[in-house]
Amino acid sequence: MSRTVSITLQNNDDARPIIEAIKKDNPKATFNLYPAMVKIDCDGRLIVKQETVEELLGREWDVQELHLSIISIAGNVDEEDEYFELSWNI
Amino acid sequence: MAEKRKKKMGIKQRYSMLTRGLGWDTTYQPMDKVFPYDNYEGIIIHDWEGWEDPFRLTMDAYWKFQSEKEKKLYAVIDSFAQNNGHLGITDARYVNAIKLFLTGVSPLEYQAARGFTHVGRQFRGVGPRVACQMQAIDELRHVQTQVHSMSHYNKYFDGLHSAPHMHDRVWYLSVPKSFFDDARTAGPFEFLTSISFAFEYVLTNLLFVPFMSGAAFNGDMATVTFGFSAQSDEARHMTLGLEVIKFMLEQDERNIPIVQRWMDKWFWRGTRMLTLVAMMMDYMLPKRVMSWREAWDIYFTEAGGALFADLARYGIKPPKYADIATKEAEHLSHQAWHIFYNYTHAAAFHTWVPEKEELDWLSEKYPDTFDKYYRPRLEYLDKEEKAGRRFYNDTLPMLCQVCQIPMGFTDMDDPKTISFEVSEYKDDKYHTCSLGCKDIFDYEPEKYVQAWLPVHQIYQGNCGGTEIEDVLKWYNFNMGADNMEYKGSPDQKLWDEWQAHRKKA
Repeated sequence: MSRTVSITLQNNDDARPIIEAIKKDNPKATFNLYPAMVKIDCDGRLIVKQETVEELLGREWDVQELHLSIISIAGNVDEEDEYFELSWNI
Repeated sequence: MAEKRKKKMGIKQRYSMLTRGLGWDTTYQPMDKVFPYDNYEGIIIHDWEGWEDPFRLTMDAYWKFQSEKEKKLYAVIDSFAQNNGHLGITDARYVNAIKLFLTGVSPLEYQAARGFTHVGRQFRGVGPRVACQMQAIDELRHVQTQVHSMSHYNKYFDGLHSAPHMHDRVWYLSVPKSFFDDARTAGPFEFLTSISFAFEYVLTNLLFVPFMSGAAFNGDMATVTFGFSAQSDEARHMTLGLEVIKFMLEQDERNIPIVQRWMDKWFWRGTRMLTLVAMMMDYMLPKRVMSWREAWDIYFTEAGGALFADLARYGIKPPKYADIATKEAEHLSHQAWHIFYNYTHAAAFHTWVPEKEELDWLSEKYPDTFDKYYRPRLEYLDKEEKAGRRFYNDTLPMLCQVCQIPMGFTDMDDPKTISFEVSEYKDDKYHTCSLGCKDIFDYEPEKYVQAWLPVHQIYQGNCGGTEIEDVLKWYNFNMGADNMEYKGSPDQKLWDEWQAHRKKA
């Protein structure tokens, strides 16, 4: 049974540090490139951490800036000031 | 990094300040009279405070991010129009997908705005009320930005001039229109299950994600930008869809069978409507990203599989007939394209037989079905067309009473037999295209006997006259330009001139 959670982001300058941060914080995630977008899948759980994105960006980053680059998600959402997390309760 | 300015309240607190404490119990009139619609569907809510806000965008953050999205989008739209972006697309055939989008999908965004405005008034709990009102604003933005983006194509190509008028009248557009009419005339909880859950969560990915990626692949910068800009809102809407389901299921176990029935119904209605998208992806994108079958596997089988496994703890099962829908993914786009090839003289976009490499691509993507059932038919039609006998079907088709698609789909285990179901209601016979549609009819026959079926209406003389030409005039078609085969169309002529000019330059 699939437990894949997923986030799809635009393949642009705003999203690149977010994609990099996801790579760092979710070693098991897989990255599927399509024209103009990247679909990131991960088993069970996937997190975007503010701290990691800020380190890569070199500036403060509001987790809700994610809204500018997001295309789609799959999973239950937990949105906090410090992180954005997707998960399935399976 | 410098120490961060700490916000006074956390995100949950900020959002709850926006959404809670705004409601009150009315005293001049009983609550049931003020909110007459939120309990007649049988959904039992014990505690409206049990509503978990999905995304926690407060108004200031909402305007900030939305305005930033708009600025980006309009920069692209302007630049596309100023720099003759339409010259950069892969092929003029592609624009036919845009025609179908503008006439079939964009008006649904407006219907969604109306629907969410309505239910945003009807819930007595403030959490869902605020969420619905915010979504209504998003949906209005979607229809506006889509019309603005695609209006550029209207300067050069046919079939894009009367989208709202056509949406209300044209036979195939009654498929998406009736879907939303059905949802908007249901109660507020069913509306959210249909639109927010079945459509937004389970199915829109199939429309907005791979198709928009395909738009990018075909050089349509304007469409991909509005598509992804809209989709960034959809991510929030999807979360609302999942939340409303969990909310209903957690409130009372008597809600479970009601929710399950709605899921079954709206999943089926949704897959029927997405037939149009299947055909757009497999036949209308000159450069293809993935086949409909592949998109179905990723976005329904895999993503839907995880979703329904998650919901299993509430006693929810995957939608009824999901297995049939998965079988259909092998056939749907080919059968739908054939229907439109038959009736393209009565459609506001062109059809054609794909070129050889395109047929090869379909053979490769559909190894079990395409060569066996569909390629020979397309090659035959191509031969006929080349011999000057381009086939048009002059007999109006029978439509399914529920999804309103012509009854051209086959039995999925026997693709040589048309699928055909019959129900009787008050001494009349009603026909449906599948068991999924028949179940929907049989549960609420009084609703579906009222369906405005375009073919019936034409035969009753309610669509401009008795001749096909009268009907097309009533549709506001420019005859010989908007409709008919792509080869020889004014669109093709113009495109070929541009290409010849480019070569000369």
